[in-house]
Amino acid sequence: MKRIVLMGNPNIGKSVVFSRLTGAEVITSNYPGTTVDFSRGRACLQGELVEIIDAPGTYSLQPTNRAEEVAAEVLRWADLIINVVDATNLERNLFLTLELLERQKPLILALNMWDEARRSGIEIDCKALEENLDLPVAATIALTGEGIRELVGRLSEARFHPQVKPLSEEERWIEIGRITKEVQKVTHRHPGLGDRLSEATIRPLTGMPLALMVIFATFWLVRLIGEGLIAYLFQPLFELYRPLAMSISAGLGPGMLHDLFIGKIIDGEIDYVQSMGLLTTGIYVPLGMVLPYIVSFYLALSLLEDSGYLPRLATLSDNLFHRLGMHGHAIVPLFLGLGCNVPGALSTRNLETRKQRFISATLLGLAVPCTAKSAMIFGVLGSYGQSYVLLVFAALAVVYVAAGLVLNRAVRGESPEIFLEIPPYRRPGLYMILKKTWMRIRWFLAEAIPFLFLGVLLVNVLYTVGFMEWIARIFSPFMQWWLAIPGEAVVALLVGFFRKDLAVGMLLPLGLNAGQMVVATTVLSLYFPCVATFAVLVRELGARDTLKSAAVMVTAALLVGGAMRWALIG
Amino acid sequence: MQIPVTSLKAGAVAQITAFQGQGFSFQRRLRTMGIREGKWLKVVAAYPFAGPMVLDIDGRQITLGRGIAQRIMVRVE
Repeated sequence: MKRIVLMGNPNIGKSVVFSRLTGAEVITSNYPGTTVDFSRGRACLQGELVEIIDAPGTYSLQPTNRAEEVAAEVLRWADLIINVVDATNLERNLFLTLELLERQKPLILALNMWDEARRSGIEIDCKALEENLDLPVAATIALTGEGIRELVGRLSEARFHPQVKPLSEEERWIEIGRITKEVQKVTHRHPGLGDRLSEATIRPLTGMPLALMVIFATFWLVRLIGEGLIAYLFQPLFELYRPLAMSISAGLGPGMLHDLFIGKIIDGEIDYVQSMGLLTTGIYVPLGMVLPYIVSFYLALSLLEDSGYLPRLATLSDNLFHRLGMHGHAIVPLFLGLGCNVPGALSTRNLETRKQRFISATLLGLAVPCTAKSAMIFGVLGSYGQSYVLLVFAALAVVYVAAGLVLNRAVRGESPEIFLEIPPYRRPGLYMILKKTWMRIRWFLAEAIPFLFLGVLLVNVLYTVGFMEWIARIFSPFMQWWLAIPGEAVVALLVGFFRKDLAVGMLLPLGLNAGQMVVATTVLSLYFPCVATFAVLVRELGARDTLKSAAVMVTAALLVGGAMRWALIG
Repeated sequence: MQIPVTSLKAGAVAQITAFQGQGFSFQRRLRTMGIREGKWLKVVAAYPFAGPMVLDIDGRQITLGRGIAQRIMVRVE
């Protein structure tokens, strides 16, 4: 099958062109041996079935990072190259075009964001550009789909220059200067409302309050969508499932198997939150409570990305993250992690170096409460008063920053500085947002589900053979002394190592006082992520780094638990 | 007179004259992102506490860390 590779700078709507060309059958996969993802899909173009590959965005074919390395590798598979060029920034984009010209592969240009260029006072003479490069050029507005048909219609004209003379970098810039001068006319425009808004969101004084507002609005939206999905989609589905679960319960009869699969029957009914069986709570928590929020968090992330706000948020937050050994992009794992740590952990692969990925993943598992953890904190402490709930969240925030400061000094390796382009604001297209979210969720399910099952299986074995209780007995005296909470609570903490849901069920009936409950809840939130996150960490960081990361989490949990014990219990 | 771009305040306009150190691939990376000798830039934002800088070049805004910005030398009219 013929392979068409899309090449272009980052943030120029290349993926939108890709989406316009391909159908629903799109696969996002990992480039072997790297943490860089790229998408491939199929399309029937002019009666021929072809494979289309969306290479990672790159400024040049001489790579400066992993994503650019992959782009250069993917290029080798191409039978035909579509070079997507940003019309609003022709000069810089042509550098890659001239490099591609030397590769002796049929090449066609898609001059994208044509409308935006015109609005900002840039006129490009398409015909003149075609003549200058001796290549077909199709003007496109991928967001609306305009020009895509012309692009497809002209694919057969794609060509290369057999006798092209390789240029030095110096000569390339001179050639680019000559071409842009000939084909582009720029009329100066006074900065409009968009430009002023853009600057206001980047400057620290105005940007910070605006960022807080955006974050607030985003969480409101996430909650609205998440709750909506639960009420109108997931809850009804689980009600449909209830009779089946009840008949399984009746079929099993009382006994160990019933406890394992169905759990407790409360008031003659299965309680999805409290029954604690594999086939009840075991599937309700991940599917009925967490998945809706994963959907809504991914949706919100796509919105932040496509509107162009995310790079601004990364810029604003860089000051903080840079001190914690990462840079502004680390806000993505943090944000997704608040929904569910699993997609958060998966998104750490977009960070550049091992050090950044390690710190970001460790802080995620340590101090970023997912929807289920937050629900646990509210559930356990809500009856003691909202101020205690707030206290736990405040402790988590302090731990995030403090542990980051320490890890930045302790972890060896590079943490390169932020270096990114801020695209202009764009109105996100509904179709693109939905498609992107759908692709992400499908990718997430494919990546995470096998690990989730493996993890749950392993944990259930550990619990059934009594391993966790054995561990609990060994460490119980130390923990009782260190945290000043009763023995049963310590058992709950240790048993809840991988299963917080179990721990909550064990803590509630103990009648602890507020201080003890805050200490127990904080330690429970801190010292380990759920088993699914743990499994993903093993995969993203490798076994050795995951062990180190786990050691950091346990140590931090004990230190913070001890400190809170002295502050609250005395 | 050549000064590093980090000594400019937000709102300042200057012309890029040279890059300092960090080898060929670092300089190419700057150039391919549109930061080139001879270009005019405007400082959109300079974050306090040695935070990043945001530069506007040819109507495009680029965020870069202080360490990178320190190596970009400019001339003010």
